[in-house]
Amino acid sequence: MTGAVLASDTARQARFPVQQERGQRAVFCGLTSIIWLHRKIQDAFFLVVGSRTCAHLIQSAAGVMIFAEPRFATAVLQDKDLAGLADANEELDRVAAQVIARRPEIRTIFLVSSCPSEVIKLDLGNAAQRLGEIYGGRVKFVDYSGSGIETTFTQGEDRCLESLTAQLPADTSDKLSLMVCGTLPDVVEDQFARIFEQLGIGPVRFFPARNSDDMPPVGSNTRLLLAQPYLGDTARALINRGAQLLAAPYPYGAEGTSAWLQAAATEWGIPASTFESVTAAPRARAEHAVAVQTRTLAGKRISFLPDSQLEIPLARFLQRECQMELGEIGTPFFDQQILAGELPLLPEGLRITEGQELDDQLDRVRQLQPDLTVCGMGIANPLEAEGLRTKWSIELVFTPVQGYDQAGDLAGLFTRPLLRKAQLGAQIWN
Amino acid sequence: MELTFWTYEGPPHVGAIRIANSMQGVHLLLHSPQGDTYADLLFTMIERNNHRPPVTYTTFQARDLGGSTAELVTDTLRKTVARFKPSLLMVGDSCTAEIIQDQPGALAEGAGLDIPVVPLEMLAYARKENWGASETFYSLVRALLVRQAPPAGAQRPERPEGKRPSVNLLGPSSLGFRCRDDIIEVRKLFDTIGVDINVTAPLGASPQDLMRIPEADANVCLYPEVADAACSWLQRTFKQPTIKTVPIGVGATADFLQEVADTLQLDISPQTADAVCRLPWYSRSVDSTYLTGKRVFIFADATHAIAAARIARDEMGFEVVGLGTFSREQARDVRAVAKEYGLEALITDNYAEVEKAATELQPEMLLGTQMERHIAKKLGIGCVVISTPAHVQDFPARYSPQMGFEGANVIFDTWVHPLMMGLEEHLLAMFREDFEFNDNATPSHLACVGGTGHRPEQDSVANGVAVWDSDAEKELKKIPFFVRGKARRNTEQYAAERGVASINVETLYEAKAHYSR
Repeated sequence: MTGAVLASDTARQARFPVQQERGQRAVFCGLTSIIWLHRKIQDAFFLVVGSRTCAHLIQSAAGVMIFAEPRFATAVLQDKDLAGLADANEELDRVAAQVIARRPEIRTIFLVSSCPSEVIKLDLGNAAQRLGEIYGGRVKFVDYSGSGIETTFTQGEDRCLESLTAQLPADTSDKLSLMVCGTLPDVVEDQFARIFEQLGIGPVRFFPARNSDDMPPVGSNTRLLLAQPYLGDTARALINRGAQLLAAPYPYGAEGTSAWLQAAATEWGIPASTFESVTAAPRARAEHAVAVQTRTLAGKRISFLPDSQLEIPLARFLQRECQMELGEIGTPFFDQQILAGELPLLPEGLRITEGQELDDQLDRVRQLQPDLTVCGMGIANPLEAEGLRTKWSIELVFTPVQGYDQAGDLAGLFTRPLLRKAQLGAQIWN
Repeated sequence: MELTFWTYEGPPHVGAIRIANSMQGVHLLLHSPQGDTYADLLFTMIERNNHRPPVTYTTFQARDLGGSTAELVTDTLRKTVARFKPSLLMVGDSCTAEIIQDQPGALAEGAGLDIPVVPLEMLAYARKENWGASETFYSLVRALLVRQAPPAGAQRPERPEGKRPSVNLLGPSSLGFRCRDDIIEVRKLFDTIGVDINVTAPLGASPQDLMRIPEADANVCLYPEVADAACSWLQRTFKQPTIKTVPIGVGATADFLQEVADTLQLDISPQTADAVCRLPWYSRSVDSTYLTGKRVFIFADATHAIAAARIARDEMGFEVVGLGTFSREQARDVRAVAKEYGLEALITDNYAEVEKAATELQPEMLLGTQMERHIAKKLGIGCVVISTPAHVQDFPARYSPQMGFEGANVIFDTWVHPLMMGLEEHLLAMFREDFEFNDNATPSHLACVGGTGHRPEQDSVANGVAVWDSDAEKELKKIPFFVRGKARRNTEQYAAERGVASINVETLYEAKAHYSR
């Protein structure tokens, strides 16, 4: 029976037995993505419709930053809101008016739904449309789900961008254009823009843009390059609007970045000699920078707990470019279409786990005793106290890590915990 | 719905986690959606615990809602008890689970477990974190002790001759403000006067410890937000008196010791005569004279707000210009204290209202929570965190109590720190155009942490009432920044009251004379 299933299955599954696991999951909900999205889209405001728990989550995550004026808030549901839905719509209009009065310069308000608002089936799509009409043109309203029941961590960005997709202008030009999709640090975005220009690829537009009014158009001449591996729904929404997805590995490390750029270069018919002359120098720089870190990382074993969907591309980079050995790779969600460019680069027999049963997974980590475990902040210090070294995963989302000139920094994020242990010595560690 | 930029408290189930994480041998099963495990970070990152909180979350997802989430609860229940083998299990809902009403507490009680089960009722849409902690602690104490309760009307037996008096320290908890060091300091106080500590709870206590609570002669309610409900029940049920003064500040600590002495019928004056506290001398020394009349706005949990007001006025010589709390359960106490200070207490959990009050009052310093640091940044004034909500820097490595005599020393240093030091303040008022030391600069003793030191110019508070002529505007800029907002407001109010349309230099000084103290 099992044999028959395997025989008829894809090569992917034969090479990687993706285990599915269910149980307690120690992950963030999609609301957390507001923490970086509000910095990227500077004239947007994120209004969560949820409970005190939602407000508490965001401020616990963002609370170390002291804001003079925050660009996110929560409309906290009260007892009386749970009683009747019609009332809730009026309430929402009132709260939206308060936000606009306080922040008149805001151009887009994202209405972000949460577990409580989804369980009581509050229709924020409707509300966004109604409010959009009320504030006709002055402020746009977009709704998406950041709830824990629907989304895990970075999937919040996926739902946000997917929802924006419907509002993107139609690209009617007959010229190819490149859309780079996924929030990137500004410095990385600028580097990629320069490289594409040198290659002669263009026009290049980034999605999301830094301002609401600069969101890129989309059409049948749009070629889509994903900069982040968690944008499956956004990619499919863009494909529905005519865009064509270029399959590529993600731009981590020298190899990943080259292959990612190559996908666009191939589409644009850029000669190999041009590609080589533009990328040779930064590629050499990246390889050198990674080699420095590899001295520490080579031969070390690393395991990933599920968090952001960055796990598989990062594992590929660490194994191929930093010579690390891979233990279990946990991912919250395994999207085959989105990982098509990555899977051929992964070693045979790798254990990939989709989903989580936290306590069982921790038992496996304890048994394997990896040199480094990539995990969330609720797990990191407890594992350190057990004598295991960890790399807390959220930093991978909050640090410029993509592209050639960040390849060394990316490897450095994994080196640092190991160096720190060596530097502080066993004495202070135990 | 309530528009919430920052929330002073988390939801009630976070209070329940605080109690579970404070204790030994207690496990909490929380019916909650995927993502609510963020709460673990409060303990592993902010409080830097070296273990996971003893909480198992069911972490249901949308697809589970189609099936039986109740089954998920029973399944998780079974696995949790088998793995962690707690001596007591608490079971509760988070806000989303409260809507779907699986009644996990009832499910657990009916599951035939061989350990005590305490179901928790969390009311997530009406109540908040401190209430959740208080309710959880009360539920635990009551569940464990109700069968020991003496018959109604029974008198408490006298303490046997020769037995040292003892008390319970109730209220300190995980993620509470400086609880770790406060209890060390309070223990020292009791040690000095020859009183034993029977049980400290919930912090560090096991269910077995809670069962020994009635053995003590009195309960010390150190944090009313957490322990008031339990202390009242113990007083009613076991006739254990409650010691209610919270020993934060020199005066309060003295009153606290007096209340202890009265309650336990001890003579403690010989033991406390040589207590060492530096705050009184530091505050009396001439370097502190410039602190006189500094205008402070206090907003915190009730316990810390009340304590801070007394210290600010009576021990530091500040002027308390505003006093408020987000603790609705203790609002009455704060109102009473505010009245003594000639103020109307601000009782709100709405950050925008606190911000509005602070903007109107234009204090020279905020004594508040992590949230007030946002307001202080906006207003460009100093701020000290005196209460939760607090962030990681307020869970310091060093010994930093707020209670007792050492607590008063910590408070003196912490509160003075953000204020500009005396000489610099004088020189700024004398010479305004220095390229390095000017209004836009951070106080120089804070330069290492100062960032850009940008101080936004205050908007006119009385909008459009009177126009400032350019000389008056220039003159206004000569007033030191930390009182300039107040001066602008007073002048505009003065002009408005007299129907003056244009403010000149004269108006500014007339207003100053008018409002001078």
